[in-house]
Amino acid sequence: MSLALPTLESEYDVVVVGGGTAGPMAAIKAKEHDPRLRVLLLDKAHVRRSGAISMGMDGLNNAVVPGYATPEQYTKEITIANDGIVNQSTVYAYAKHSFTTIEQLDRWGVKFEKDATGDYAMRKVHHMGTYVLPMPEGHDVKKVLYRQLKRARVEITNRVIATRLLTAADGSVNGVMGFDSRTAEFHVIRAKSVILACGAAGRLGLPASGYLMGTYENPTNAGDGYVMAYHAGAELANLECYQINPLIKDYNGPACAYVTGPLGGFTANSKGERFIECDYWSGQMMLEFYQELQGGKGPVFLKLNHLAEETIQTIETILHSNERPSRGQFHAGRGTDYRQQMVEMHISEIGFCSGHSASGVAVNEHAETTVPGLYAAGDMAAVPHNYMLGAFTYGWFAGTQAARRAQSTALQPVEAEQVARERARVYAPLLRDSGLPPTQVEYKLRRFVNDYLQPPKVTRKYELGLQRFAEIEHDLDQLHARDAHELMRAAEVSVIRDCAEMAARASLFRTESRWGLYHLRVDYPERNDAEWLCHAHLKKDEHGRMSHFKQDIEPYIVPIAEQEKGAYDRLRVTQTAQAATAQAAHAAALNDA
Amino acid sequence: MAYQPRSITQFTEAAVTVDLDKCIAHKGCTVCIDVCPMDILDIDPATGKAYMKRDECWYCLPCQKDCPTGAIQVAIPYLLR
Repeated sequence: MSLALPTLESEYDVVVVGGGTAGPMAAIKAKEHDPRLRVLLLDKAHVRRSGAISMGMDGLNNAVVPGYATPEQYTKEITIANDGIVNQSTVYAYAKHSFTTIEQLDRWGVKFEKDATGDYAMRKVHHMGTYVLPMPEGHDVKKVLYRQLKRARVEITNRVIATRLLTAADGSVNGVMGFDSRTAEFHVIRAKSVILACGAAGRLGLPASGYLMGTYENPTNAGDGYVMAYHAGAELANLECYQINPLIKDYNGPACAYVTGPLGGFTANSKGERFIECDYWSGQMMLEFYQELQGGKGPVFLKLNHLAEETIQTIETILHSNERPSRGQFHAGRGTDYRQQMVEMHISEIGFCSGHSASGVAVNEHAETTVPGLYAAGDMAAVPHNYMLGAFTYGWFAGTQAARRAQSTALQPVEAEQVARERARVYAPLLRDSGLPPTQVEYKLRRFVNDYLQPPKVTRKYELGLQRFAEIEHDLDQLHARDAHELMRAAEVSVIRDCAEMAARASLFRTESRWGLYHLRVDYPERNDAEWLCHAHLKKDEHGRMSHFKQDIEPYIVPIAEQEKGAYDRLRVTQTAQAATAQAAHAAALNDA
Repeated sequence: MAYQPRSITQFTEAAVTVDLDKCIAHKGCTVCIDVCPMDILDIDPATGKAYMKRDECWYCLPCQKDCPTGAIQVAIPYLLR
């Protein structure tokens, strides 16, 4: 079959891989920078409905709006929330541009909540500052982006999965390889600049439901970007700072304290008591959540049943029409009515995602990776806690920078050997007459990720995990795909395996505990600032192995006072405060009745 | 005869179902197939209508929301229901 499959070659100035959030913005801004550039947006799904926001988004989590927060305040907040390990210049660059990005989206037609005077209706969810801007009508974001892509004349190729980057003799990236997930045709796309915007590594752990695609992240986001960057020689930062989220049990969507918090909802234990002061997702918050789950007061719930009918209707309208609109159906099926029952919550499986935590491909404040010609933006780029607005903003940066490079660079020749090697690698499962189904290998691999890598992290379990992932590497040589779609799933299994090994090795390297539950090492339970107040980077060395090294934290732009450093450590509600909250909730419930 | 490798199939309930009276795929419509992020929908050669081909639904709903005739219904997959 492979003999008959053609290699389709094309040439562009800028290629953007991933058409979700950061990707469309990058493509539009590259084209805006220089309309003469040939810009391609490549997606393994269809740009109209791809990525984390395929059904829209119900709010901005990190809007830095004048009058409510300053870039300095935000940079300080994220530095503290991420236990000091940030390149502040990347966070600060985001914060300074945040409002410009909001205004751009607003002009394009994305709807944000405004008050009677037309000002943005900001809400407080973070521990210190005010950064949440609701989008009760945020279901149209993708439509708005698609319209702008067409206006900017960005070329779009759907249903092509990128598998590896091409590299030139000087080490820079000069293109993308992949195949069509319907026809299996091979693509070699030459480019002067490549932007990776492939989202989180969302299929790393197995959801507790056992359903492979019951993930928090859009399951198309298997971690492709992390692995392509790794094999192209890019550095990845702080991968041990996993993404673990507090979610609706089984449904695995956000319970969404960001939406409900400002309206009076909160995360509660089985007694209906508040146990964390702040519902903003941080490692420390997740550790408190984990302790409550594991302790006698679990499970953990989202509590709304003390709220007034009108408020609950508002919450239902927002949560059941944006981001994950099948949520209402799920609750109905389980007989959960926000008026009567609390919503059962659980801890998610692990993943990589800098949008929510800090695990990503290392980038600077221009969205440049450590490899020339390669840029990264969105959930996969290591700008901590960057969320959707950060993805748009870094997409903007990446698009502009990539366009600049393309204006002054020539296309570099493609090494035929790289193409031949990648063709042989990706097509192997199609050539076998029998073998292992990609789905079964993926299931076992992701179960091992849960068994061995889910925090708390135990050294011996991590070593066993590495052994299992090495065994799975041999299984990859037996994968069998019966069509192009299964070939895509087979390619993704190898992506997930590489991410699993990176997660294990990165975690073993950092011999301390940090970021609450995200990197809780049982053998090294204490935070060790003397040795580990630094980035931990991972890259492929000259022998093709994963190597690790420490990297100094870039000098802070916004200094953090000693007494502010522990702000996110004091999240647990004290006993008296807890009793008072329970009492207030009880009183509110009586009033409602 | 040596042992022969075999694959076997187990049946799965389709989370996505299609109203065959409403679906206009036989007239060339492919909206639901186009927008599905996981690419799990296809046209059933027997009926000419859309159907769920693969057990990889993320219950995200673009197919249901974007269908011009309201022919698609997405249920929460049984394992999560």
